[in-house]
Amino acid sequence: MKLTGAQALIKSLELCDVEVVFGLPGGAILPVYDPIIESPIRHVLVRHEQGAGHAAQGYAQVTGKPGVVIVTSGPAATNIVTPLCDAFIDSVPLVAITGQVALSNIGTDAFQECDTVGITRSVTKHNELITDPADIPRLVREAFYIATTGRPGPVLLDLPKDISNMEMEWDDSIEAGWHDPISLPGYVPTTEPAADDIAAAVELIRAAERPVIYAGGGLLKAHAADALAELVELTGIHVVTTLMARGVFPDDHEKCLGMPGMHGNYTAITAFQQTDLLIGLGARFDDRVTGNPEFFAPDAKVIHVDIDAAEHGKVRKPEVAILGDAKRAVVLITEALRASGLGDIDRTPWNSTISGWQEQFPLKYDQSESGFPLKPQFVLEQLRDNSPRDTIVVAGVGQHQMWASQFWHFNHPYTWVNSGGLGTMGFAVPAAVGAKVGQPDTTVWAVDGDGCFQMTGQELITASTENIPVKICILNNAYLGMVRQWQELFYEERYSEVYLSPDVPDYVKWAESMGCVGIRVDKAEEVQAAVEMANSINDRPVVIDFRVDEFEKVYPMVPAGGSNDVVILGPEGDAEAAKSGVAPS
Amino acid sequence: MSELNGANDKQLHILTVLVENKAGVLARVSGLFARRGFNIHSLAVAPTDDEALSRITIVVDVASAPLEQIIKQLDKLINVVDIGELHPTDAIERELMVITVEKGPAAHDVVDAALAFNGFALDFDEEHITFSFSGAPERLDECEAMMRQYGITDIQRTGRVALRRLVPDAVSAQ
Repeated sequence: MKLTGAQALIKSLELCDVEVVFGLPGGAILPVYDPIIESPIRHVLVRHEQGAGHAAQGYAQVTGKPGVVIVTSGPAATNIVTPLCDAFIDSVPLVAITGQVALSNIGTDAFQECDTVGITRSVTKHNELITDPADIPRLVREAFYIATTGRPGPVLLDLPKDISNMEMEWDDSIEAGWHDPISLPGYVPTTEPAADDIAAAVELIRAAERPVIYAGGGLLKAHAADALAELVELTGIHVVTTLMARGVFPDDHEKCLGMPGMHGNYTAITAFQQTDLLIGLGARFDDRVTGNPEFFAPDAKVIHVDIDAAEHGKVRKPEVAILGDAKRAVVLITEALRASGLGDIDRTPWNSTISGWQEQFPLKYDQSESGFPLKPQFVLEQLRDNSPRDTIVVAGVGQHQMWASQFWHFNHPYTWVNSGGLGTMGFAVPAAVGAKVGQPDTTVWAVDGDGCFQMTGQELITASTENIPVKICILNNAYLGMVRQWQELFYEERYSEVYLSPDVPDYVKWAESMGCVGIRVDKAEEVQAAVEMANSINDRPVVIDFRVDEFEKVYPMVPAGGSNDVVILGPEGDAEAAKSGVAPS
Repeated sequence: MSELNGANDKQLHILTVLVENKAGVLARVSGLFARRGFNIHSLAVAPTDDEALSRITIVVDVASAPLEQIIKQLDKLINVVDIGELHPTDAIERELMVITVEKGPAAHDVVDAALAFNGFALDFDEEHITFSFSGAPERLDECEAMMRQYGITDIQRTGRVALRRLVPDAVSAQ
């Protein structure tokens, strides 16, 4: 049968089991929007293309399925560059379809023309300009295959308008062969770990006195939460969960040490510094985790499991590099340890050292008796304790993100969504919209800062009109808080361009104007009632404007570029942080 | 150790990269080098006997990044099919140089010098003569130095191409 390129595209997306796309139409993509009317695929109409990208990321992170974005050419394509880059660095599977001017107009500076493939080359796992409508089914299949296998990531297909309009022959063999294996000469991900690497890892584990598991986001991508739980059950080795891995191992488990790095728990940071065996599972030794890598985990041998060979030795040379699927590696290590026995090293001293740190250095903050000023950490504890246990939490970037990661108790995988590597302010609202679309029966709370909310808050219009009842907790401190914190500590309190305003915009009125319920809270005793009210509303989005202490800072803190041996635990350590003399970056 | 445009021989490694013969592949490869801060010393690209594939010969400066990291990042490009690393001692290398020099008062001196390097005269006018030379890059360095004394007006080198030696231990015939 004859189909237009546009029809072939939509049919191909249906065959790839796409249930929802996030997008916004425009000139060059117009032909594609016509067959969407008949398609069973749900289209969520965003208010800005960046929102489509982040929504697709939120959807992908809570469902494990690839997120799909459809936008037009030119400015729409450039508007999704940020989400593509964000998805690339956080290994989130996305497939983006961009309209393009007609093939014959490419290179003429036509209306809404830009070099989308060129611009997005370095922020995608792969991209292609489609030059023949007959290629569409194959390229769509390949795009989903590349996006979801190996180390996941974003793939972009650029579709010229004339190719969308041209006809192609859709013969029966296309659908018949849809699930055939895909063979790409230059892309063959290794998933099965090598047996001798597993054996070498097991030897190191058996001999380790102070081992720690460094659990990264790759474990979530590999659906390895259960496998990790078994490994810990067998070995009793403590687990540190990175910002990208929160929830892969339950925070309530006695072996969970929480988050490492710049604003990590003292125990997690220090366990890394003193371990003799760091077991990295799908983690990439990010600078926010390691601090200065020269001083990171100085006594440790390293086992590094990763599906991306380029991560092995990029930052830290491992003693044992295991290339392959993280779940498969964890299962094989567990099986081998079960067969060989755990060895005869007594880890009681290490375990009690860790318990000692946990008792001595818990996360802390002071909420005054008067309830004013309201502390952001108090808000998060109330939010946590008055929301369902499986609530999905989505964060923007900054102080609120760190507090959310610290004070929430993540006990289920895929309940934490944030922009880890790129640090994209404004991520939370659209990502929460996507997360709620992916998990409509689960409560979704976005924890956002006032600075972040002003970047993408308009996607609550999408949420209202498309019946996506997300809930937004704005920790409104009237500042670009994390920047203010750094200026306070490292620039002698010389505040430069960080003050926003608690009142402008009026977040309650703004929320109401977007069809949401708006609530304002500025006292501690009002928090619980407001959260309960928000959780009881499920027919529209809710925004709570929490007016929090503008001077509260995130602790613990390791000054950037410094050694993780220097952990500032609270305001009493500020002077030490300031004189650490390390140029922040 | 001879100096090649300021880079030490020991820092230069040759990668022969087999890529799919598609639009934009060279941009992917060069873009990756730029993005990761890897230095390209020279680069040559041409089709192979298989029309679906092209071969890119890249001489990389490993002072900018570990060779292993460069290879692993290159391997992640979907259109890169195979990467071979040639240590300079295992490689047969050739390069082409086209050069225009001043004839000077004794034109035959220039021509004699060119002949000593197996050069071919391609073109001339009253004051200049253009030669082509091909050979091992080090030999072309020497040739270029020789020509410099006559006065180089214009020069273009292709960058090197390389294949693995059939007999790895063979004494260099270059």
